[in-house]
Amino acid sequence: MIKFILKKIGKLIGLLAAISILSFVLISYSPVDPVRSYIGAEIARISPEQQKNIEAYWGLDQSKPQQFLQWAKAVAQGNLGNSLIYRKPVSEIIIERFTASLALMGLAWLFSGVLGFFLGILGGMNEGSTLDRFIKTYCFILASTPAFWLGLLLLMFFASYLGWFPVGLASPAGILSEEVSFVDKINHLILPVLTLSIVGVAGIALHTREKLVEVLNSEFIRFARAKGESGMKLLWRHGLRNISLPAISLHFASFGELFGGAVLTEQVFSYPGLGQAVVKAGLGGDVPLLLGITLFSVVFIFFGNFMADLLYVAIDPRMKIKTVND
Amino acid sequence: MTEAISKYWPLKRSGKRNRRKRALVFSGIAVALFLLLIASGFLIGQEGLRVNFDGAFSAPSLAHPFGTDWLGRDMFIRTVKGLALSFWVGLLAAFISAVIALLLSLLLLVNKTLDSLVTGLIDLFLAVPHIVSLILISFMLGGGLYGVVIAVALTHWPRLARLLRAEIMQIKNTEYIAVSRNLGKSWFWIAKHHILPHLIPQLAIGFILMFPHAILHEASITFLGFGLSSEQPAIGIILSEAMGYLSSGMWWLAVFPGLMLLLMVAVFDNLGRNLRKVFDPLKGQKQ
Repeated sequence: MIKFILKKIGKLIGLLAAISILSFVLISYSPVDPVRSYIGAEIARISPEQQKNIEAYWGLDQSKPQQFLQWAKAVAQGNLGNSLIYRKPVSEIIIERFTASLALMGLAWLFSGVLGFFLGILGGMNEGSTLDRFIKTYCFILASTPAFWLGLLLLMFFASYLGWFPVGLASPAGILSEEVSFVDKINHLILPVLTLSIVGVAGIALHTREKLVEVLNSEFIRFARAKGESGMKLLWRHGLRNISLPAISLHFASFGELFGGAVLTEQVFSYPGLGQAVVKAGLGGDVPLLLGITLFSVVFIFFGNFMADLLYVAIDPRMKIKTVND
Repeated sequence: MTEAISKYWPLKRSGKRNRRKRALVFSGIAVALFLLLIASGFLIGQEGLRVNFDGAFSAPSLAHPFGTDWLGRDMFIRTVKGLALSFWVGLLAAFISAVIALLLSLLLLVNKTLDSLVTGLIDLFLAVPHIVSLILISFMLGGGLYGVVIAVALTHWPRLARLLRAEIMQIKNTEYIAVSRNLGKSWFWIAKHHILPHLIPQLAIGFILMFPHAILHEASITFLGFGLSSEQPAIGIILSEAMGYLSSGMWWLAVFPGLMLLLMVAVFDNLGRNLRKVFDPLKGQKQ
């Protein structure tokens, strides 16, 4: 077990190194000039010599590999640099933004998992029925729905037409962050969480449904039916045990899509999370923040996949550790 | 009476087309209708897009089925033009992606080192969230039409490559490949004559299934502001503009363009799925 974890951590370090090289190369060939994006509109007021000075101060006059080594050394020491837009250390921003995102993503992850699992069971138990076909169609349509469009619709209907919820942001405007009440926060969270949960349902529901159909067509279910078990009892005794583990694992492995959905949802609701920060960093040419969030998102996804693998290894006695390490 | 019906009904039905093929025909028709719409998007002139402040923000009517926007431009024409643009971007990106996937997966035949490099690359691309890698690549290319096409093309191949790799691995171990090897044929010759023909169904279906994803990601990244520039008619642009008129009650600005995008994605996705069910029944049954 410990060996397995160590191996995974080793893999993560390799992955991070490779990703940082790749994304550094990508970013350093970008046409966006970091000095220009740092200074912004006042670039005209700065003389070329001063620009040169800033470049030299940042080490932009050195060769690319040298720049990379410097950056990598700093990152290895835990220093991700300073954000150009927010004028704060990147690690601080990531922590602050991630706590906001965590509430959004965590809640959406839970809701979509429970709802998807439930829908999948409902469909799988009644395979071929109208209900099943309805659920299937619903999931296929959801899978082709752009998350940001769904967010827009919800925002238009619930926030601006009905006026039930505030339009965007994570807290009412013009109030100090210490004075924001819990109810306010929840009020601002409901619509983004709803959007993200609705979008996330499709994958897990289809997977659960398919697995349940597969299980229900197996020999041991036929035997259980012959003994007179049926309905909920059959599901509880033989179905759930077989489908819940793969479903939970799959749900852990879907952190990538969750993150992608969060980026779009946060943009629509102007929710101050990690996703909004990465979009701002990309648009504003904030290289340190962009690199920092990229690395962080890799760790985030890796954690999800790691949990998925670990669940299999730890819970399912049939899984040998060797077969997981593909 | 009912007995007679139940006796002949299944026979009759199987005598005609089976359900999968019928579903395929339906999705084929849907795609054809959509292609027609997209083709008309190219043929429609610029008249409907003329700025007309008198007719700005008019609700959907017979003259403007999708309403008009802040400059009085007809939303239906904008949407159809946007769909046409998304279609081409998606098609091009998915095609490049499929080619990359095929070439990289064929490296499996060359030698082990190259293959492990490819698997590493697949892992690498799957380790970053799609959106983040899209942002990184289009950031590097400075946005624009080419930036979007290349970004989408470079991020969608890993899944297909993994699928094709597994397929090649299976074919590689068959007897006729061994015989062919013993006859002294090169791997290039074998790939061309024995492996590629087997990959074509997987490749074609993978391409069609990748296409709606590409469209969706194109729209997302344009919506975020990294993709096409604002003077181009793109669904992502239309929707991000609509965000500014949220609280003014002009629902048609967002509802119809998004709905059309959804329809396009769903129609092509449906075609891919139904094709897979017919050509690859064993795997097609799974989702």
